[in-house]
Amino acid sequence: MSKRKYLITPYALWSIIFVIVPLFLLIIYSFTTTKDGKTVLSLESYMKFFDPLYVEVLLRSFRLAFITTIVCLVTAYPLAMILSSKEFSNKTIILILIILPMWMNSLMRTYAWMILLENKGIINNILSFFGLPTKQFLYDEGAIIFGMIYNFFPFMVLPIYNSISKIDISLIEASHDLGANKFTTFRKVIFPLSLPGVITGLIMVFMPSLTTFMITRLLGGGQVILIGNMIEEQFTRTNNWGFGSALSMILMAIILMSIIFFSKNESLDSGGLI
Amino acid sequence: MKKTWKIILTMSVVSTLVGCSGSSSEVVKVYNWGDYIDENTNRMFEEETGIKVIYEVFPTNEEMYAKVAHGNAAYDILIPSDYMIEKMINEERLSKIDVTQISNYIFIDDEFKNLVYDPNNEYSVAYSWGTMGIVYNSSLISDQIDEWADMWDPKYENQIFMYDSERDSIMVALKKLGYSMNTRDEKELALAKKELIEQKKLILAYVGDEGKGKMINGEAAMMLAWAGDAEVMMAENPDLKYILPKEGTNYFVDAMVIPKNCENYDNAIKYIDFMCRPEIAAQNMAYIGYSTPSSAARELLPKEMKNSDVAYPDLTGVSLEMFNDPSDIVETYSRIWTEVKAASK
Repeated sequence: MSKRKYLITPYALWSIIFVIVPLFLLIIYSFTTTKDGKTVLSLESYMKFFDPLYVEVLLRSFRLAFITTIVCLVTAYPLAMILSSKEFSNKTIILILIILPMWMNSLMRTYAWMILLENKGIINNILSFFGLPTKQFLYDEGAIIFGMIYNFFPFMVLPIYNSISKIDISLIEASHDLGANKFTTFRKVIFPLSLPGVITGLIMVFMPSLTTFMITRLLGGGQVILIGNMIEEQFTRTNNWGFGSALSMILMAIILMSIIFFSKNESLDSGGLI
Repeated sequence: MKKTWKIILTMSVVSTLVGCSGSSSEVVKVYNWGDYIDENTNRMFEEETGIKVIYEVFPTNEEMYAKVAHGNAAYDILIPSDYMIEKMINEERLSKIDVTQISNYIFIDDEFKNLVYDPNNEYSVAYSWGTMGIVYNSSLISDQIDEWADMWDPKYENQIFMYDSERDSIMVALKKLGYSMNTRDEKELALAKKELIEQKKLILAYVGDEGKGKMINGEAAMMLAWAGDAEVMMAENPDLKYILPKEGTNYFVDAMVIPKNCENYDNAIKYIDFMCRPEIAAQNMAYIGYSTPSSAARELLPKEMKNSDVAYPDLTGVSLEMFNDPSDIVETYSRIWTEVKAASK
């Protein structure tokens, strides 16, 4: 027993150094402010957030992250179902195609899209070569949403695919035997059983979408400011670590609450149906 | 558990020892802007003096400050800009430099000594300088571009790049309105904000470093740019032109300073001395494309650089101004910029 306990030491150390301590520093920074060269406890950084301007930025971030997550879910779910069906033989190729881009750095992939979609970029060059009208793809919210969907789509497909392919085939057969048609089987058996994967996917896509700052800058042309950009700005330019930390804390609290909300519903559903 | 602690203790002791042995041989730790030196000059310094150069780079003055002020990172040489030097002097973060120990100091021109950020010339030795202006593509714009107001001309809708930087953008708006870029007047700043929100309708993008490549490819017709960047872009695309707007603009000086917590003061002095040597300064400026504060070094530059009116513009009639320590205004700037960014197009 005691030997096993030792095994956890590296992980414990790891989380203390890289998770607990930074989090603790974040809390300290967010609750302090410097007055006349002295550091004092204060709620100033949090009060500062409740300004219509900053709340609006947060709401916009939520809206874009929400759209991204829903589009990912709607497009990823059918794909995950196709991939997990027994008749489909090219599964490995498709899976590799989904995972392959993730081997590259996401900054590089975003740069690639920027070069493709620019006004004088490759796609517009091809369009104008064939005498077709060119289009401005970049520099707006649409481009940001596109970039986020592209970057985070695999995080939705893979967990859903995992949970669907783990469903016991006999449950589906039983449902058919009991007279349920395909749609009812999906609604009453497959979808509820895939929910853990869906929840994981929702969280895995929603979180990075909410906090991105690189895609906003490269594909959005810096025209839109999201909460991630605001936090970055506080640390790198304004040098207001207190406000930056408070923004991070607020964001973390919101994400934590939504995770609790999601996972509570999940356990209720699966508990009620099985 | 006791054993674990012993291991940790041993490890930390070993790592401290390693750290010590590293610093006992002669080194100088330099922290400079990215891509802002011909790194061969560092090798030449090492060969000549036997002092190893540990070289690190930063992307902005603010990130340099964040690392030096918050962390325990100890450097021997920093090369920040004017206003940041002023801020660091005010906060007593810099060591005085004894220029009598720097034999090549005589090569620095007098106009780059005793500048506003270091009025008694006690803390800094100029490294490079440059102006900010407009780069425009003469194949896309037939009119003469000569003022900031051109960046507000509806003719150029969706053809303008601004910098994604509050300081530079607010400077442009203030200059366009005819105010000092160091104003602390709330009314003037509010008007500048209004100008920038107004301008947003015409802006294609607020760009960072990726803007240079885009400008070369003709993605936009004009862009706010530093002279050194302009020089690099113009070398790639001859249609590009650089002008200093007639409302006046910002000029900067980047200078070598020694932080208070430096560990190798004597080596730092040697390094500064080396960088002031005209041949070395010329080699660096030829690489980075900015302007040298040393006439002797300028003489050694390739002909087209020596006579470049981008790097060494005719400054008669152009009012140039330098940023002051922005500590008291940085929050206001940040808020203005957030408002501009959050405004709808």
